[in-house]
Amino acid sequence: MTSAAPLLAVRELHAWYGESHALHGVDLDVFAGETVTLLGRNGVGKTTTLRAIIGLIRKRTGEIAFDGHDLMRLPLHRTAHAGIGFVPEERGIFSTLTVDENLVLPPVVAAGGMSLEEIFVLFPNLKERRNSPGTKLSGGEQQMLAIARMLRTGVKVLLLDEPTEGLAPVIVQRIGELLAALKQRGMTILLVEQNFRFASRIADRFYLMEHGKVIAGFPVGEIDDRMTQLHEVLGV
Amino acid sequence: MAELTLQETRRQTTGRLERVLIVLGILALLAAPFLVYPIFLMNMLCFALFACAFNLLLGYTGLLSFGHAAFFGGAAYFTAHAAKVWDWPPEAAILVGVVGAALLGAVIGFFAIRRQGIYFAMITLALSQMFFFFCLQSSFTGGEDGIQGVPRGMLFGAIDLQGPLNIYYFVLAVFLLGVFAIWRIVNSPFGMILRSIRENERRAISLGYSVANYKLAAFVMSAALAGLAGGLKAIVFQFATLTDVAWQMSGEVILMTLLGGIGTMIGPAIGAGLVIALQNMLATSEFPVTIATGLIFMVCVLVFRRGIVGEIYARLTGRAKR
Amino acid sequence: MTTILGIPIQAFLGQLLVGLINGSFYAMLSLGLAVIFGLLRVINFAHGAQYMLGAFVGYLLLVHLGIGYWPALILAPLIVGLTGIVIERVALSRLYDVDPLYGLLFTFGLSLVIEGIFRYYFGVSGNPYAVPPLLAGGTNLGFMFLPNYRGWVVIASLILCLGTWFAIEKTKLGSYLRAATENRSLVQAFGVNVPLLLTLTYGLGSALAGIAGILAAPVYQVSPLMGSNLIIVVFAVVVVGGMGSILGAIVTGYMLGLAEGLTKVFYPEASSIVIFVIMAVVLLVWPAGLFGKDA
Repeated sequence: MTSAAPLLAVRELHAWYGESHALHGVDLDVFAGETVTLLGRNGVGKTTTLRAIIGLIRKRTGEIAFDGHDLMRLPLHRTAHAGIGFVPEERGIFSTLTVDENLVLPPVVAAGGMSLEEIFVLFPNLKERRNSPGTKLSGGEQQMLAIARMLRTGVKVLLLDEPTEGLAPVIVQRIGELLAALKQRGMTILLVEQNFRFASRIADRFYLMEHGKVIAGFPVGEIDDRMTQLHEVLGV
Repeated sequence: MAELTLQETRRQTTGRLERVLIVLGILALLAAPFLVYPIFLMNMLCFALFACAFNLLLGYTGLLSFGHAAFFGGAAYFTAHAAKVWDWPPEAAILVGVVGAALLGAVIGFFAIRRQGIYFAMITLALSQMFFFFCLQSSFTGGEDGIQGVPRGMLFGAIDLQGPLNIYYFVLAVFLLGVFAIWRIVNSPFGMILRSIRENERRAISLGYSVANYKLAAFVMSAALAGLAGGLKAIVFQFATLTDVAWQMSGEVILMTLLGGIGTMIGPAIGAGLVIALQNMLATSEFPVTIATGLIFMVCVLVFRRGIVGEIYARLTGRAKR
Repeated sequence: MTTILGIPIQAFLGQLLVGLINGSFYAMLSLGLAVIFGLLRVINFAHGAQYMLGAFVGYLLLVHLGIGYWPALILAPLIVGLTGIVIERVALSRLYDVDPLYGLLFTFGLSLVIEGIFRYYFGVSGNPYAVPPLLAGGTNLGFMFLPNYRGWVVIASLILCLGTWFAIEKTKLGSYLRAATENRSLVQAFGVNVPLLLTLTYGLGSALAGIAGILAAPVYQVSPLMGSNLIIVVFAVVVVGGMGSILGAIVTGYMLGLAEGLTKVFYPEASSIVIFVIMAVVLLVWPAGLFGKDA
């Protein structure tokens, strides 16, 4: 961890789904190069936090500072250009596009992203299925595709929403290796994960959420000390 | 807790205000023929009833029909035929119009309900256009000439509807009855289910309601009441023409409802009054009516979706923007 | 003289050709509606008025500026497309977050205004627009006489329809359109300028209507009313084919045009309503439309 300013700083983030007040003042920091995980039970606002940061939720107040940009002021289609990528829980693979079209859909927003050849080295099965419709892939392959397409864009921060959800252990391991490799390359990751064990293997820091707020933050080293609190809050 | 009481008080106030306004309104309508040209008033009342009937479907069930002219104009033809060719008294002739419109509503509604939302609207438009072509080509309707010279007749065999005051109070009575019927429907358990369908159709289905049947029932009722307005109009103006079944007429009733306030009880009636008044004013001027209609549509949809009465209610109850 | 089912073959093929011509316009217009609806979720009631606008642009260019058919073929859709872009930017884009029925009502109002303006200046009668000299006359095909311009209409509509299909299904820009149709906000979150895409799509749809209009000018008369009665039939076409499939909209347009032509041969009184009847039948048997992609 660095003593420099955080790459992503969120302060007092409130968000609403229609009339329903979903986030009650979230504060968190993500520093360059680290992997941070949001933990919490279903419905506490983890996904909402990611969606509010990327701007898919427009009814929000607070501060979101990213790499010198004020994300609150940016229109949705400019947010990615600041350097943030989003991989949604549903994966968002388009059924009317081929795998290849899905892969190159997100525009390149900065230099430093992977080339298609590099991506196909990491994901050889995507190369094989290039011309299939995107949704003909298995769940695991779709998750790979969803992550792969962000790697081409050159984003500095990846927001990942439940990447291992519903996937077989073999695939989960594969994704873990993938994220570790990305981390090696300097990618900053903000992760939402229910799979606590998976998260504890790759994250540097954790934030614990409840009722739309962050109630605790701690580095991976403190996990054992926090087990009781985690059991209580997560029911793990 | 204090907030609730404030809302309640507001609602009570608007409730009282509503009742006062309704009484004043009825008194005004009773006195009106002595101040304003009765034919003009009756035109307004017929269209006001048409719009209120339409609103039963749009405002309370959430279904946009783009073909309501078929029921309005169709009933006008049925009533005209019954009164002129069969020589039936006006109340029977109008009943024929209502029943005919209801049957037509059952047929069109049956097809339209098989699709949702936008498709529903397009189907109603297409089927009512089909009815328009029938009317255009059929001898029963007199084709391009329509049915002229419809007798006003003797109401219940006793009241001569040729007399301007007689016919006016008859129309007023039918209008008030029609609106009362709509009010009863809307506030009945049936009406509550309609509203829940409008709010959240899937939830209504999951609660076990056969939503399609309710929609069809609402459609038929709306068609029948629109038919009541159409039949009434045929007796008052003593003719029925293609204009009454044309798609432009369907558009007009939508405008009246939108302008007055979708989902409010009296909004459509007020919208109808305004549109009729506007058409009257423009008739003597150079300015084309369709352009005015189109402009009002565009403006209402962009910035005035709640309509006149809807806006007033919103201001009074301090409700949040929809 | 050879006959088919009692009808002389010349008359039969003649009506079939008329049906194919009508079908060409049904295909082009339902394609435009489908493209706009797919991405914007708005039923563009003004489509008929934009079609009429295209024809009138051609007519006015000829009468006032001496600009002929071939330049008009480019200018008409360009001008109509531009007006579409302005409408989307200024007004339509404000309606994306409300019930889609308001989009229908807004474009309905717009169609009334456009039609009203042209009716005011041009009355209701049609104005003739001459067939361009290059396409005048006809070709004897042996079994029938084919007016050249009619043949051109069919070819041009096929080119436009298939070209649009290709652009949407096989190009990169098309992939943006398809993806945004599926999930507008996610595509925006990726950094694609979806608001601009929406504007351009409405412009494209309007331009398609406009070019259909200029193609129609020498066939039907140029009249302020030419759009409004046509649009209702196109709605029926769209209900039959569904708007979820581009190819479906195109195929349905041609098929229903041919059906109308066939009906004219055997049962002329029903020809103005046969498409509505087919729509009713389709609703009974295939509630999700022939190509079944939407409810």
